[in-house]
Amino acid sequence: MPGVDGFMYPNEVELQWSVLIVLYPFITGLVAGAFILASLERVFNVQAVKPTYRLALLTALAFLLVAPLPLQMHLGHPERSFEMMFTPHTTSAMAMFGFVYLWYLMVVLLVEIWLEYRRELVLAARRSTGLKRLFYRTVTLGSDNISPASLRIDDRVGRIVTIIGIPSAFLLHGYVGFIFGSIKANPWWSTPMMPIVFLFSAIVSGIALVLLLYVVTSWIRRAPLDIVCVDTVAKYLFYAFLVDFALEMIDLIHRIYEADESFRALDFMVKTRLFTSQIVLQIVLGTLVPLLVLAGTQVVRLRDRLRIRLYVTAGVLTLIGILAMRWNVVIGGQLFSKSFLGYTSYKMGFATREGLLPAVLVLLLPLGILTVLVKVLPPWTSSEATHS
Amino acid sequence: METTRRDFLMVGTKLLVMTAATASALERVLAGAADAAAPYNTADHWWAMLIDVEKCIGGGHCVRACKTENDVVDEPMYFRTWVERYHIDMSDPDHPVVDSPDGGINGFSEKYAEGDGKTFFVPKLCNHCADSPCTQVCPVGATFRTNDGVVLIDKDYCVGCRYCVQACPYGCRYLDPRSHTADKCTLCYHRLTRGMVPACVEVCPTGARQIADLKNPNDPAHEYLRTHKIQVLKPQMATGAKVYYNGLDGAVR
Repeated sequence: MPGVDGFMYPNEVELQWSVLIVLYPFITGLVAGAFILASLERVFNVQAVKPTYRLALLTALAFLLVAPLPLQMHLGHPERSFEMMFTPHTTSAMAMFGFVYLWYLMVVLLVEIWLEYRRELVLAARRSTGLKRLFYRTVTLGSDNISPASLRIDDRVGRIVTIIGIPSAFLLHGYVGFIFGSIKANPWWSTPMMPIVFLFSAIVSGIALVLLLYVVTSWIRRAPLDIVCVDTVAKYLFYAFLVDFALEMIDLIHRIYEADESFRALDFMVKTRLFTSQIVLQIVLGTLVPLLVLAGTQVVRLRDRLRIRLYVTAGVLTLIGILAMRWNVVIGGQLFSKSFLGYTSYKMGFATREGLLPAVLVLLLPLGILTVLVKVLPPWTSSEATHS
Repeated sequence: METTRRDFLMVGTKLLVMTAATASALERVLAGAADAAAPYNTADHWWAMLIDVEKCIGGGHCVRACKTENDVVDEPMYFRTWVERYHIDMSDPDHPVVDSPDGGINGFSEKYAEGDGKTFFVPKLCNHCADSPCTQVCPVGATFRTNDGVVLIDKDYCVGCRYCVQACPYGCRYLDPRSHTADKCTLCYHRLTRGMVPACVEVCPTGARQIADLKNPNDPAHEYLRTHKIQVLKPQMATGAKVYYNGLDGAVR
């Protein structure tokens, strides 16, 4: 059979989860990571990252809004997906997605963003007229009180929401890892490390994304970069990446040393069909190189411009590496037979329902949403004004 | 009142006719009632399957019968049941060579010479696991285990997420490209509940497949299970698989 080496159970030849399902953990990871970065300032009082606080929140929201889209596009019957909410099967990890998602969106992210922006929304409502006024009135939910006392309450509630938000972000992405990690039929997925590895790689990817967005948006606005902020974010990226790398290596070394019944099959797969995406993209270009670059910036004193360029390089490589990691988990987990006797291949379409084109569009969509959000809720001028 | 002979005959004949009609009607009612007297009760059964590897000759009758009986998609990549051929070279018993051309639907052409290692056929189908990982992961509960131990799918409810396909350790599930819902062996539930055996069992020329009702003490399966060395596929998965193999080689996975 074309594309098949060795023996696959006949029903295994065709891959079940496509590139769209690769995007699902990638996108939710970016959400969780961006939120964790935002909470650094809010909960742990890391003042240096303040300029990225609002941008991180809006980034998390933009990506969170898109997160269910690849899932919907993939379902055989998307029109029945609401059944997961109305008649959830309690033993199913997947059935929890709607609830975890809504909790995170409605209880954490929207509330925190609303509290953060309430003052500006009220002021905008007072300033504007006509439809614009109606819009701002609607999003303020009718509140008009921006007395110092009420703003203090906003701040206090916002802090509590963030404190709830951190475990929620952990839950959101740890949960996504559990979806894969709990499948005992698949040795490539089945490990209790999966939720933890997913979580830390999520934090890494989210921080890298916000770092890049901060640099790029500053460049577009021709606004000066807060170099202390960028340095601090890069430092956290480095630390998070070290932990993530250590966790992934523990998993890898454990697998190699234990060498259970699946090891030969998986080892062969990594050295052949997954070589480019796993060894080259994920481990070397996507992990070792950015780690070395970031480590370099920590130990060597470099000029600001060069440092920023290195951060951007590391950030881009990090995102490629984490995307490759999601690919290797989702696609790699389906390339080998559960008989451990053969391998199939993934043929990605282009302009098909689950092809490359819709995947690229799904990845670009959050950036479009973020552009709109940034227009409606400017994260910089006001933040510089309020926090200065 | 005096009864004439004429009156007596008239009444007598009327009564006789009426009684005959009543008796006949009663007979029909009783006959009808007798037909419906044995309804299928799920609590009375616990279905499993026995497969005798030593009897399977790889003719593919079961695969063909299954495709026809259950209107399984005709393309080679969708099977509710299929047959694998294992070939084990005695110098390397850990690495069997396995093939299943088109699921074995057209049987197998000769490939290995007599005395060249060990060659045998293994029919596969849904194991109708008592603790099935596929039903565990279904986000809407569209797939479930019946009271009588058969794992089924509600096609009107399945959302087509394919999580169950990923969760099955045996590769028994696929997404039906026509309905966009999960599909797999039902153990011919429509036949079982009418007192018939699954199509694959019916057509097997060597009797390599037997349906077993483990709750029926008179089922010969009990004697078979008692007197043979039985194994299930991937016992380490702890799925409570209910397809019991006799003569299963350790190399089979």
